[in-house]
Amino acid sequence: MPTMRDDIRRGLNDIWPAAVAAAPIGLLFGAVAASKGLSPVEVFLMSVMVFAGGAQFAAIELWASPAPVAALVFSTLLINARHVLMGASLAPKLQGFSRWQKFLGLYYMADENWALAEKRARTHRLTPAYWFAMVVPFVLGWLINSTLGAVIGAVLGDPKRLGADFAFTALFIALVAAFWKGRVTFWTVAAAGIASAVTYRLAGPPWHVAAGALCGLLAAWLAAGSEAQPATKEAEA
Amino acid sequence: MSVDPINLLAFLGMAIVTYATRVAGLALAGRLNLSPRAQAAFDAIPPAVLVAVIAPSALATGWAETAAAAIAALAATRLPLLGVVAVGVVAVVAFRLVM
Repeated sequence: MPTMRDDIRRGLNDIWPAAVAAAPIGLLFGAVAASKGLSPVEVFLMSVMVFAGGAQFAAIELWASPAPVAALVFSTLLINARHVLMGASLAPKLQGFSRWQKFLGLYYMADENWALAEKRARTHRLTPAYWFAMVVPFVLGWLINSTLGAVIGAVLGDPKRLGADFAFTALFIALVAAFWKGRVTFWTVAAAGIASAVTYRLAGPPWHVAAGALCGLLAAWLAAGSEAQPATKEAEA
Repeated sequence: MSVDPINLLAFLGMAIVTYATRVAGLALAGRLNLSPRAQAAFDAIPPAVLVAVIAPSALATGWAETAAAAIAALAATRLPLLGVVAVGVVAVVAFRLVM
C-alpha cells in the first residue's frame, strides 16, 4: 500500500513529461491570444477560469472585438463535451476522494492528467494525493506559460518556425499509444481520425471533435462485437 | 493591463460550461450498466477523443504534418512521452523545410 508521500512523488513523476511538453503549447497559446488583442491579464484569467487547451485555442480562432460570447460558449461546450464521458469513466475510480475533493479536483481535469489518472487506476487505487500532485504543477505550468506567452508574444516570432505548434499533436499521439489494446484500438483510431479530419474540412471546427469521437466509439463497438461475441454470449443474453 | 467586461463575460460563460462538462460524469457514473460491447466502446473513449482533437493537425494540414505524425506514432511504440514529442517536433521542422 503506497503512502501519501509515495503517491505525491508518483504523481509529480508522471506529470512532468506532460507538463514540459505542454510548456511550448502554453507559450504559443499566449502569443496567439495576444495577437488577437487580449492583454496578459485577460490571458491569465481565461487560463485560470477555463483551463482547457483545445477549447481555448478554438476560442482564440473565433475571437473578435467585441467578443462573440454565444459562439465562444457554444464552441467551448462542444469541444469539452468529451469531459462528460471522461468524467463518467473516471468517477468510479475516485472512491478515495471526499465530496469536495471530487468537486475541486475535477475543476482542472484535462486530457493529460485524466489520461495519466486512468492509466494509474489500472494498477493502483487512485488517491487525492496522486491526483493533486499531478494537477497542481500542470495547472501552474499552463498559467505561467500562457501568461508569459502573451507578454513576450511579439518577441517569439512565428512559433511555426520552431515546430512548437506540432508539440500538441505529438503529445496526444504519445498518449494514445498508452491506451493501445490491439485491433479494437486500431479501428477506433482509424475511424476517429478520418471522421474528424473529414468533418474539419467540410464543416470546420468545432464539429470535428464530436464527430470524430463518436465515430471512434462506434468503430470500437462494431469491432468488439465481432470479436467478443463467442465468449460473451451469456453476458449479452 | 486592462480587462474588457465583455471578454470577462465570455471567460465566465466558457468556464461555467467547461466545469459543467467536468462534473457531469459524477452524476452519470454508477447508473451505467454496460454490456461487454458497450464496455469496449467506453474503453475506447480516451483514444477516440485524443485522435479526434489532433486529426485536423495530423491529417488535414499538409504532408509535412502527416508524415511527422506517422513518425511520432512509430516513435510512440518505442519511446517515452517526451521522446515522442521531441521526435515529432524535429520531424515536422525537417519536413517543412523539404516539402
